[in-house]
Amino acid sequence: MSRVQNVLVGTVRSALGWVPAQWLPGGTPDPLIGRRGEVGRQAARLDGDVKVQGQARFSAEVPLENLCYAALVHGTITRGRITRLDTAKAEAAEGVLLVVTHRNMPRVSGPSLIAITDPTAVGNSSLPILQDDKVHYNGQVVAAVVAETQEQADHAASLIEIDYAAEPAETRFEEAKSGARIIPSLLIERNHLSLGKAERELTRAPHKVDNLYRTQWQNHNAIELHALTVAWGGETLTVHDTTQMIASEAATLAKMFGLKREDVRVLSPFVGGGFGGKGFWDHQVVAVAAARMVGRPLRLQLTREGVYRIVGGRSATEQRVALGADNEGRFTALIHNGYSVMPPYGACPEAYTLGTRSAYRAKSFEILQRHIDMAVVPNTFMRAPGEAIGTFALESAVDELAHELAMDPIELRLRNLPEKHPITGAPFSQHAAAKSWADGAAHFGWERRSATPGARRKGEWRIGMGCGSGSFPYVRMPGAAVRLTIRRDGTATLACSAQEMGMGTSTVLAQQVADRLGVPLDAVVIETGDSDLPAAPMAGGSGQSVSIAGALLAASEKLPAELLRLAGNDSPLAGLRAGEIRLGQEGMASAADPSRHETFRSILARANRDEVSVSATGTPPLEMMKFAMHSTAAMFCELRVSDVTGEIRVDRLLGSFDCGTILNPRTAASQFRGGMIMGLGLALTEETWLDERSGRIMNPTLADYHIPAHLDVPDIEVMWTGIPDPRSPLGARGIGEIGITGVAAAVANAVFNATGKRVRDLPITLDKLL
Amino acid sequence: MTPVQYRRADSASDAIRLAGTAGHRLLGGGTNLVDLMRKGVERPDTLVDVTGLPGAIEEAADGSIVIGAGARNSAIAAHPLIRSRYPMLSRAILAGASAQIRNMATAGGNLLQRTRCVYFADAAGSRCNKRAPGSGCDAIGGFTRYHAILGASPACIATHPSDMAVALAALDARVHVAGADGARALPLTDFHRLPGDRPDLETELAPGEVIVAIELPPSRLAPRSDYRKVRDRASYAFALVSVAAGLVIEDGRISEARIALGGVAHKPWRAWRAEAALQGEAPNEAAFVAAAEAELAGAEPRPGNMFKVTLAKRTLAAVLSGLCEDQA
Repeated sequence: MSRVQNVLVGTVRSALGWVPAQWLPGGTPDPLIGRRGEVGRQAARLDGDVKVQGQARFSAEVPLENLCYAALVHGTITRGRITRLDTAKAEAAEGVLLVVTHRNMPRVSGPSLIAITDPTAVGNSSLPILQDDKVHYNGQVVAAVVAETQEQADHAASLIEIDYAAEPAETRFEEAKSGARIIPSLLIERNHLSLGKAERELTRAPHKVDNLYRTQWQNHNAIELHALTVAWGGETLTVHDTTQMIASEAATLAKMFGLKREDVRVLSPFVGGGFGGKGFWDHQVVAVAAARMVGRPLRLQLTREGVYRIVGGRSATEQRVALGADNEGRFTALIHNGYSVMPPYGACPEAYTLGTRSAYRAKSFEILQRHIDMAVVPNTFMRAPGEAIGTFALESAVDELAHELAMDPIELRLRNLPEKHPITGAPFSQHAAAKSWADGAAHFGWERRSATPGARRKGEWRIGMGCGSGSFPYVRMPGAAVRLTIRRDGTATLACSAQEMGMGTSTVLAQQVADRLGVPLDAVVIETGDSDLPAAPMAGGSGQSVSIAGALLAASEKLPAELLRLAGNDSPLAGLRAGEIRLGQEGMASAADPSRHETFRSILARANRDEVSVSATGTPPLEMMKFAMHSTAAMFCELRVSDVTGEIRVDRLLGSFDCGTILNPRTAASQFRGGMIMGLGLALTEETWLDERSGRIMNPTLADYHIPAHLDVPDIEVMWTGIPDPRSPLGARGIGEIGITGVAAAVANAVFNATGKRVRDLPITLDKLL
Repeated sequence: MTPVQYRRADSASDAIRLAGTAGHRLLGGGTNLVDLMRKGVERPDTLVDVTGLPGAIEEAADGSIVIGAGARNSAIAAHPLIRSRYPMLSRAILAGASAQIRNMATAGGNLLQRTRCVYFADAAGSRCNKRAPGSGCDAIGGFTRYHAILGASPACIATHPSDMAVALAALDARVHVAGADGARALPLTDFHRLPGDRPDLETELAPGEVIVAIELPPSRLAPRSDYRKVRDRASYAFALVSVAAGLVIEDGRISEARIALGGVAHKPWRAWRAEAALQGEAPNEAAFVAAAEAELAGAEPRPGNMFKVTLAKRTLAAVLSGLCEDQA
């Protein structure tokens, strides 16, 4: 995230502007686009059976001989130093094997912080882990206990006595704002963006809105707790972890513990929910070190409280959005700036303005994020970091402007939809936001909305409708690798270190392999979850499936040459070159004369080979640099607000998506719905209580931190344009995160429509409506 | 969690004997006590399981209903006698916790559950006069959304979290307790204490005394009674404010009003002032609002829970109105 990076990205972009599109990845649309096959069908999850039977083995369930258990001790001051650390009682407690503190922890340097420039970097925090007596935030790990049983470890952890010398710490958002800094870039985008004179245009605009929006701290609450089971074998290390970054975690552990990369194996066949929280945090390092010290296999599972204490969540923000418009509603000024938290030891810039940059056309733009330092567990990536809360501010402002213009808010959006990227001028690869709005509005019954707030009521309940745009960029990560193996028994195996977090990754990969090769779905084997396999990218940025799809495309392009070598002169394919071959019908054929076809089995049998295997890495994702590639969503909400209590009951939600090809409607619908439910939490219930007097999180439990309960979740409908993106593998763009975006605005706008009250401060709790 | 011994009480006398032993705590469903042990808030050395003691729900000769202390919350809520004669109680129970927790939690344990004040629960990092008398109260000046607006003290602003007990307070329930010196019964409204300067003392239960039953006297409230709970999500959340209310209307006048509030005080808050204000009045909006105003006149909210005064007044008035809506 440096200035150098800005220059590099800018240079690549302008250079690619001159390169013909057909030379780039996606220049020739993927031949599978639009073909009827397994992709696009409602295939059931491959992992469904084992999961419902309880047979799927998660990282805290791996049985190992001679296993011991660890428990962490969390500090209770926010900044300062440990002055006394008495472990005697803990060490004497029954079953205790080891107490780890900064005094005996092996010297390890902190992991490299996650960065776009280094795909092996996984760190969410650059702070030293048990390396000294310093405390940097409330809840930091200050000791660990290893014992024969979990109960013994937990008990002994409570016997460690610690005194601290506390030092002043910045724990108040408002006060910290004065020390805000400006970082040069947000992920791969330049931070500060100024086009025209937005403040001046705003002053002149006949219609304008200019308001502050606030969002609260949030924490990760995947049902599966963070856990790892570690086994050392001399200088080799095996880690069963629940992680979104298998390959890069293996690389990082090797570096930190002085091992060869090939001597570290990270296994993660199933992740019980990730959402950005299942990254690399202090507990992995402590567990690996402790297992080596104690010389036994070891398990460390965080408590729910532990997840709150040492795994960061979403930063609180204060955002200003100002919109100026002419009398026809055309935007003349779009200003989006504000504050979020990123401690100097953190990695996540919470890029809430990214979505704004491609959302609307405007005569002028002024966009800038400021980052403030607070003494907190470093905030991290949490489902649609940035967009989830950025769309709340922007799309509330659009609704406010529509009200001021007395214009339908959908009409106002349609009038300002861009034909090309509004800032860079790059062409959209595919963009059908207008269609998703039209389809969504028709299906939702938007015409039944009353433009006058507070006009509909039933008993004590006021009824309202609202909408908001969601967005998420296309991300194909560089360096995704796969191995594709075809066997004489007719099966095809795709192997890579992909992360299956419950969203259907392996299912969708199997569908792709079936179509690429023309083999039946049940002949496809997917091997994932293992760092010994070719390295898949981390599961992030909604980019895993499409990144692997790119690598699979590359592998399937290499396959004909390998098979032709084996086919020999007795094959109907004899004499053909690889470029003249098409894969299909469980084999391959001449593109010009499909009757010249031979099956994989036949080729392998004649060559007396059991299998043929190709490895490939996806092409560099240059299409992202040449084209503006964005998914959009139109979110609709109908809800009731009690006149008596201010309680909100959401009755209907609808998401209408434009995300390219939908690879599997069943798993996609589940992803969209899950995202929208998380959006309801953001809108209505979720809030980490960070006590600003102490810097301590006060509600680290599922009872006190309110994620939506079943009764809070209404009927949710999802629909999509399904229009393929001609520049991406399979025409697909990611879908994992866009579901949460736009929801909070749709809810807030519906609350305004119901009550006439504009709430600009999430979550919208009932006290704000009394 | 600190290692703990586990024993079962075979009889009430067994339970009484063990309850009086230092370091012993009675274990009902464990839905609160075990959580607090995990957090290091409760540190008993022995748990005495009393779930084997009677939990029957029976009608006494005088028409009262007697609920054994071991009765599970879900069994009480589903019992035909409760549903027909005290529907408010069924509703209150079903408004609380989750189905799984209600299946475990007992009647006696429900009354004795501890506050959900997050500072009370944070043994490692927060001060609390209830947990460590004299140490101070970090809730004051902190997150007070779930804290008291009535009857609090400078030492403690915690609330009692039960829904069931709010309905029991309105229904004039009596708590039967037994100890080494014999048995006694006291009104539920006198069972829990206000915090004063000893928030660690939460009930009138003497050391060694155990709850054996809850008695519900005959009631005429059933046709016009309700329990309404207002909370931050639609289920599985504690009350910001709850209202248990029942009215008897005769000749166009309120002849009987029974009201209790939850989520507002250190104990289920019997709304005596509101009841007095309604006595003999015509059941109309003005009377309901006046009653709510009377009850909340003494409220002392804090930053973070100012809204609960308005919320309590509005909810109370709305519940009372609702009781008069559906019938002529």
